[in-house]
Amino acid sequence: MREGLAAGAKVGAGMPALVLGASYVGFGGFVRDNALGLDIAMFTTFTAWALPGQLVMVELYLAGAPLLAIALGVALANMRLAPMCTVMLPVVRVEGRPAWRLYLAANWVAITCWALTMLHAPNQPREQRLSWFMGCALTLWAASLAGCAIGYFAAGAFPHPVSLALVFLNPLYFGLLMLQDLRNRQRLLSMLCGAGLCAVLHPFVPEWSLLIAGVAGGSLAYLLSMRGKA
Amino acid sequence: MSPLGIYIAAVVTALATYFWRAFGVAVGGRLDPQGRAFEWFSCIAYAVLAALVVRLVVFPAGGLLELTLPVRLSAFALAIGVFFLARRNVFLGCGAGTSAVALAAWLT
Repeated sequence: MREGLAAGAKVGAGMPALVLGASYVGFGGFVRDNALGLDIAMFTTFTAWALPGQLVMVELYLAGAPLLAIALGVALANMRLAPMCTVMLPVVRVEGRPAWRLYLAANWVAITCWALTMLHAPNQPREQRLSWFMGCALTLWAASLAGCAIGYFAAGAFPHPVSLALVFLNPLYFGLLMLQDLRNRQRLLSMLCGAGLCAVLHPFVPEWSLLIAGVAGGSLAYLLSMRGKA
Repeated sequence: MSPLGIYIAAVVTALATYFWRAFGVAVGGRLDPQGRAFEWFSCIAYAVLAALVVRLVVFPAGGLLELTLPVRLSAFALAIGVFFLARRNVFLGCGAGTSAVALAAWLT
């Protein structure tokens, strides 16, 4: 277990920790900009640890939205986590081991460590993979908490172009991470369909574009790739 | 200290977020990883993530709106170009893209 934890932590501690830490620097700054305390910024990063949902929560709370609306908004923003957990499961599962380990580990599934686990864990022995994931996730979690605090204290201290570059880092990093492994044509097709549909739909249905593009784009890509195989 | 109300909102946020994670694990236990339903789920996962990237670059909400769409897209394209030239090096790609954004913001 130790080797897995250490190997995952090592991969997480490099560029991924820097980039994710930097995104949370942005979140800490955002919370301070909105006159909320460092305590809530840290609390929500500690408990939820999924940036889009956290941003939605702060925005809706400040807009005075009812709790139900906040719950729905967050659920929509974070729904992507469900298929991510499903897809990761066969990679990390070991026959005969209790399921609670998986349900516990699922609490740390988030885009960066998920993408890294999908890329690296298949090269690890099966019994080590869940520890690999946890080593990577806990490292990134710590980096997020640190980044959040740094951003809260440094808000306004960075020159404006640097703050903008930090905001841009998120999509850039996610995008390049996904382009690292292009062997799977079905995935590539899914990404193209999701991206294209989102670009077309967003001006018309901004609240729903992400989900529609994901479900419809993913399904379209699935059907197209099935036709190619048949 | 932040007001108590936002703590309730934060707890709701954590529960709504964990719900999907647990749901994904519960469903995953019932799907055959070689099966078609699983492949379909996988397609959706990658499509949502690509859509998220498009949303953040093409339709940003905050400060990035100060840069025009062609500038944002050029910075993204530059990052992808450097990424592939440097044998899929994420670090160099990110460095090129963010530098381009910082430079463009500084010039405008």
